[in-house]
Amino acid sequence: MSSAPLLVARNVTMRFGGLTAVKSLNMSIPRYSLHGLIGPNGAGKTTVFNVLTGVYDPTEGEIEFDGTHIERKTPYEITKLGAARTFQNIRLFADMTVLQNVMTAHHLRARQRLVDAVIRTRASQKEERETRERAMELLKIFNLDQFADEPATSLPYGSQRRLEIARALATEPKLLLLDEPAAGMNPLESRELMRLIRWLRDEMKLTILLVEHNMKVVMGICETIQVIDYGEQIAIGTPGEIQKNPKVIEAYLGGG
Amino acid sequence: MARKLLLITATVAALAALNYIFEYGLGDFQINPYYARIINLIGINITLAVSLNLINGLAGQFSIGHAGFMAVGGYTAAYLTVNAGSSIAAAFGASVTDPIGASIVMVPSLLAGAAAAALAGLVVGIPSLRLKGDYLAIVTLGFSEIIRVIILNIPAVGGATGYTDAIPITNFFWIFSMAVLTIVITRNIAVSTFGRALFAIRSDEIAAEAMGINTTHNKVMAFVISAGLAGVAGGLSGQLFANPLSPQNLNFVRSIEVIVMIVLGGIGSITGAVLGATTLTILPEALRTFDQQFPGLRMVIYALLLILLMIFRPQGLLGRREFTWAWLRPIRKRPVLE
Repeated sequence: MSSAPLLVARNVTMRFGGLTAVKSLNMSIPRYSLHGLIGPNGAGKTTVFNVLTGVYDPTEGEIEFDGTHIERKTPYEITKLGAARTFQNIRLFADMTVLQNVMTAHHLRARQRLVDAVIRTRASQKEERETRERAMELLKIFNLDQFADEPATSLPYGSQRRLEIARALATEPKLLLLDEPAAGMNPLESRELMRLIRWLRDEMKLTILLVEHNMKVVMGICETIQVIDYGEQIAIGTPGEIQKNPKVIEAYLGGG
Repeated sequence: MARKLLLITATVAALAALNYIFEYGLGDFQINPYYARIINLIGINITLAVSLNLINGLAGQFSIGHAGFMAVGGYTAAYLTVNAGSSIAAAFGASVTDPIGASIVMVPSLLAGAAAAALAGLVVGIPSLRLKGDYLAIVTLGFSEIIRVIILNIPAVGGATGYTDAIPITNFFWIFSMAVLTIVITRNIAVSTFGRALFAIRSDEIAAEAMGINTTHNKVMAFVISAGLAGVAGGLSGQLFANPLSPQNLNFVRSIEVIVMIVLGGIGSITGAVLGATTLTILPEALRTFDQQFPGLRMVIYALLLILLMIFRPQGLLGRREFTWAWLRPIRKRPVLE
């Protein structure tokens, strides 16, 4: 069981009317690996991401996560199974504080029922305290604990990205899907982010799928890199192999 | 737990004492029936505004048919009292017309009203809250009109003339117990994980779903509770004095009145809804003096005040903040919250 890949996608195709955004894509992400998905602009990276996280149901093909078929599941069901995501254009809960953002993501693990909340049972209050403590611990890991009561959107851009990852971790995932986490970051911030991502995999025993545009980030930390262009896989391999692959070079720099 | 029980007992005792003063006076003091009426209306409007705030303010789903749920609850509650009230009261050795008997009948009557309105909320909520966006507004508007037209055509409850058979059994005690209950329920939801899920939905539905929140389920639950509480308010106001239940009193204008209350108080704030309900119940009455010179001037001033408020304070009186006792302390003594 534990040797089987955490996520397997077979022949996944996603069509929007006449446009085929993803064409029979196969994917296999082993447990505790750092898997990169790259491709030039408009290659279909975000579509793949949205298919995996349940935003779109694939037109064809199947996706298995931890032994469960997820191709027809909704985003919240997939998150509940243990796959959490971040967004390319940050989607924090704008009118909440930093702490509340993280506490909210713990909702799906809450044991209390609506009735418990309404009459405020002792168990529900205890759970609230635990949720708050757990959220604070996560914020500490991400060095955001001193901003816990600040509005989430008052944080600088790089910190907002980190907060989004912290929030995703509060759902207690096995697989973390990061959609262009380094977008808009300066070199210093992205180097720090790489360290953080590697640390998450090593210390928190996560499997990470990284969709990235920034080559440096992906090459620096991923073990396997899958390259797609026009919705189709054009290469797969280690960073070294990918860098030398003529198809990849052509896709990124354009053919002569 | 002991503290909670003590608090509940104290509240009930205080409300019962006030209710006694309302009904029988205190020594030589007799409450002016006109003021008593306004105070009772404030209580009912608080229940309405706070319950509407649960779905419109906390969950951010725009419902504009609160009067519809009020009507369902009100007519159900009154129908039960009319047809079964005397036998229920008789079972306790009382009569519907005496205060004790009326209070006893109030319980099943309000429960039936709440259940019927909540069921209506479920029927309306499930199809319309599956969608993202403002579909709920259109559906609730249509729903409240449908309810109104249906009532117009039921002779058993009086049709267009209104439910003249309804027995006035509502009293101060029940009105304000329900107002307090509504505030407590909404507040407890707001500080729970369920409340945070609602805030998340209000803030960003896509992100909320990605964080594992079943948005449809949470929205429907909030909507059903909101509708049920509106049904309670309907049951209270429908049996407050002779003949208030009529399709004309529960039309679209009534729904808008409640929306104006929560917008004025600050949409999303529970204490704001209480403030909005109180202000907007008193204001039209306080402006009555203007009508003596120019009939109709009152509503002109009322509208003008609302317009000015929306220009200078578009977020409402309290915005999304909640009033807390800390506000009353001198600034330097306030605890540091952030």
